[in-house]
Amino acid sequence: MGMTVAEKILARAAGLPLVAAGDVVEPRVDLAMSHENAALVMNQFAQIFEGTGRGARVWDAEKIAIIFDHRVPAETSKTATNQKRIREFVAAQGISKFHDVRSDEGGICHQILPEYGYVHPGMVVVGTDSHTSSHGALGAMAIGVGATDMAAVWALGRLVNVEVPATIKVVADGEFRPAVGPKDLILYLIGMLSAEGANFRVIEFHGRAIRHMTISGRLVLCNMSVEAGATCGIVPADETTIDYLREEAGVSDILTPVLPDADAVYEETIEIDVAHVEPQVAKPHTVDNVAPVTEVEGVKVDQIVVGSCTNGRLEDLEAAAGVLRDRKVAKGTRMLVFPASWRIYREALRRGYLADLIEAGAVIMNPGCGCCLGVHQGALGDGEVALATTNRNFRGRMGNPNASVYLASPVTAAVSALHGVITDPRKGGS
Amino acid sequence: MAKVVLRLGDDVSTDAIYPGRFMATVLPTETPQHCFADHVEFNKKLVQGEVAPGSVVVAGRNFGTGSSREQAASCLKGWDLVVVAHNYSRIFLQNAVNLGLRLVVCSALEADEGDELEFTPHTVVNQTTVRTYPIEPLPRARLAIVEAGGLIPYVRMKLLEERLD
Ligand code: SF4
Repeated sequence: MGMTVAEKILARAAGLPLVAAGDVVEPRVDLAMSHENAALVMNQFAQIFEGTGRGARVWDAEKIAIIFDHRVPAETSKTATNQKRIREFVAAQGISKFHDVRSDEGGICHQILPEYGYVHPGMVVVGTDSHTSSHGALGAMAIGVGATDMAAVWALGRLVNVEVPATIKVVADGEFRPAVGPKDLILYLIGMLSAEGANFRVIEFHGRAIRHMTISGRLVLCNMSVEAGATCGIVPADETTIDYLREEAGVSDILTPVLPDADAVYEETIEIDVAHVEPQVAKPHTVDNVAPVTEVEGVKVDQIVVGSCTNGRLEDLEAAAGVLRDRKVAKGTRMLVFPASWRIYREALRRGYLADLIEAGAVIMNPGCGCCLGVHQGALGDGEVALATTNRNFRGRMGNPNASVYLASPVTAAVSALHGVITDPRKGGS
Repeated sequence: MAKVVLRLGDDVSTDAIYPGRFMATVLPTETPQHCFADHVEFNKKLVQGEVAPGSVVVAGRNFGTGSSREQAASCLKGWDLVVVAHNYSRIFLQNAVNLGLRLVVCSALEADEGDELEFTPHTVVNQTTVRTYPIEPLPRARLAIVEAGGLIPYVRMKLLEERLD
């Protein structure tokens, strides 16, 4: 019986010749990522060692990554103190993949990991963040976990008692129409599957539309796979993956793509012709409340947000700048842009995208999670509406339970910014 | 007997259980005060000590959807609440099991706020309506952790075993 990509990766990591969906395994971990919630992981980690007579040492300091992104620069003394404690821990344990609040190394964890070449095809990646699923875009098995699970990984170097997930195969063929792209595809798929349609499952992406997609686009798909409940989204590695890791991330190690067996067993296969996908919008207050943009056209928007670990990459900023160049964000609407990393920020600066956006009236925020999760900047007022390129629109997500968040692609967000109302991006800026 | 103190629908997100703006609060001793913070009345009852330990939150499908924040499990555990839902989102379920929060899987349960429930190993009895509903098992992968009383004692045990090897 053949194996899916997830099964192959987990089998290797568990030291088994063969695993199948439903087996319980203990895979070794190749990369363990946390952000500011490392403060909680540290707490749980210390508890594990209590009474064992052993000092609390992480299993492998080279395999741990800690990235400050959720609340940077610190917005309260409490956050600042957490960050300080984490810095001390990083130094004491010798953790090398640490990214502080600095313009020469900082950014959102789900951008830093690919950008710095930390994730390779076939790896088992765990992260104390649900959107860790993103890293399947590089052909890895990437699993979001809680802080206590991570403390266990720090202690043992493996995940304990994991059930091998079943895999849903998505085959996306055809070519995208103008103004339609990966964000529309994944919203469309989440609408089809529902918020729990892929719970405890992996989504493996195939098809010509995926093969032609950049790593940025693949990251969007895998990032939001978790919004259908998926443990991970996986795009099997190909030349695009290897080229990205070699040329953009500077990886010189041997890279070996993990491909599914021809007779791999899938729970379900979904075929999509992307030529039929229209621009999509997720309406408040669940991500699976998806409709074609035409259904919500004309909804007044108070705040446009372009950024996040979903759509804060260079091609997203390029798309937004392309729409807004020599134009203005509509009066009565404000636009916030937060690039996913400082490397992207610097490149967007060099290419003039940031200047275009600033001239149009957009506010450029520092790279980080920004207003995505409503803790830091860009909170909404009572009754206000946001249209964001982020990945969640739960009630209260952008800092106010009495506000509403719609989700869409960068081009839909930028075109809507021109008009101050949700607008079909196929109409362009006219 | 345990009273149903909160009745919710499908897709209750971790942002609803524990809003993102309180994420700098991490210690299990401190997270309970922000439990369902945006559900202002319920949060007030919790904080004022009007909810008895062992009380029940009843919800529909996909409880705990969204973020991996463990505070969403630790804040419920802090008040010793029991959750009954049709099913749970993966990371939330793992966190709950890891921390010893009691989750019950029961897709048939009909219960309103104020109803009194009784749990047996395999059923939930709604004493108010005098009806019995079957409990479905939790995913089996984590049973060993439930039995160990949570992930921390489980891992501690593994560490000590490995030292003996
Ligand atoms: S940008 Fe938003 S979704 Fe992404 S890691 Fe940050 S808070 Fe989470």
